[in-house]
Amino acid sequence: MTQFGQREAWIRELLADAGQACLDDAGVDGSELDHLYVSNMASGEFEGQTGIPNAVAHDLNALPAYTARIDQTSSSGGAGVYGAWQSVASGASELTLLIGGEKMTHRTTAEATDVIASLTHPAEYKHGLTLPSFAGLTARRYLHVHDAPRESLGKVAVKNHKNGVDNPHAQFQKEVDLETVMDSPIIADPLRLYDFCPITDGSAALLFCPESVAASYTDNYVTITGIGGATDTHVVHERMDPTTMAGVVESGEIAYEMAGVGPDDIDVAELHDMFTILEFLQSEGLGFFEKGEGWKAIEDGVTDRDGELPINTSGGLKSKGHPLGASGVAQIYELYHQLRGTAGPRQVDAETGLACNVGGFGNCVITTIMEAAQ
Amino acid sequence: MNENPPMEAARYPDGSMLYPSHPIGPDGNEPVETVDLSAYTAELITWTTSTATPPGVREPNHIGIVEFDVDGEPVRAIGQLTSGDVEIGQTVEPVYVDELREPGAGIREPDSQAWDGYRFEPVD
Repeated sequence: MTQFGQREAWIRELLADAGQACLDDAGVDGSELDHLYVSNMASGEFEGQTGIPNAVAHDLNALPAYTARIDQTSSSGGAGVYGAWQSVASGASELTLLIGGEKMTHRTTAEATDVIASLTHPAEYKHGLTLPSFAGLTARRYLHVHDAPRESLGKVAVKNHKNGVDNPHAQFQKEVDLETVMDSPIIADPLRLYDFCPITDGSAALLFCPESVAASYTDNYVTITGIGGATDTHVVHERMDPTTMAGVVESGEIAYEMAGVGPDDIDVAELHDMFTILEFLQSEGLGFFEKGEGWKAIEDGVTDRDGELPINTSGGLKSKGHPLGASGVAQIYELYHQLRGTAGPRQVDAETGLACNVGGFGNCVITTIMEAAQ
Repeated sequence: MNENPPMEAARYPDGSMLYPSHPIGPDGNEPVETVDLSAYTAELITWTTSTATPPGVREPNHIGIVEFDVDGEPVRAIGQLTSGDVEIGQTVEPVYVDELREPGAGIREPDSQAWDGYRFEPVD
């Protein structure tokens, strides 16, 4: 994983750096790869650079590995995890490298927001709908229906910034207090600046192989025990309950069934907190808490690093940053370290971890469950 | 006589309605008729005021999700509001605007879609 934040490197270099670091860490040469996937939403729109898997394969000495770019908007990373897992589970590949990355910060906030908002339906786009505005609409409804205090959303930002302090790859390694969050400028009423993740450059990479191959390299690896993907309507207002993300619920159910576990078995979770409200919606949709009670968990400290169910020990997208195609990969990178016991000062006691990566505003969702090797 | 383009929702064989219309409805079938929602009032489900708007969009941008009741069948729409001084549950009515956003200012090709439509205005 590379440093998240404002980087001078462009997309090809960002991807190659993360990919090479991953290969070096595993002791694998690029020429050994069967498949190489690149998770990326919009390098063409952001940078005018397409065809990146081909270029990166060359940079990593991975020719003639099969290559593909995987785009599922903000969940491109999770979709890449799904694709890489499929490549191994199907027997098509014995060694697959997945690299997620995005280069965004050279664009203005308005331009980057518009690139991301281009995923919206024409009936939404012409009204100027953006992902932050969907978050504002949903947060207001959530607070209204569940009688939740506005401060509970602010506490998600405070928690995740606190976690990010101990993540050397995080864009913001700096705590914020609730007063700062609540006094920050309105972005999409009732949400304020600190309810939103930043615009970020960065990349992350993972190596996938069958357990028999992993065991020949190390005793300390992790396994994907369950993974599920689901798609909801991309016309967000059609959802009769705006505070339920069906894709989260359905992808979670698939992943739980495959892994043979339930919400109570999860020890640590990385959720897609692109906006603070999303941490509540996912923690409820995945069954960690009852519908409408996710906000109480943050109030009670349940999701703190030393709580019953630590959420976003990496700092989340909120603090770590959100280079679109990298985020879902970086979630798994955090769980990989948590489950191996190599998370340093962020370490929690965990045998089973879950990551939920959300594309659009719940339009596409990938949920992944992992366990440490026995 | 209303000379504005209709705010066209689709009705499907099971009675369900969608705005905008889709080729296939919730019941898996094609629409059987259209309904002009501009003749109806709606209830405001939620709203926001966005202050960080993308190119070609007014700032601030008041946006709401509204629900129409068409003969007992709910159908929702999203769109700009004429005012940010609103409350959840308030009644609104559609008001035609010939250009909701400046075509070509953003990333989307101007000719790829329509740019006119309906804002929602609070009804006292």
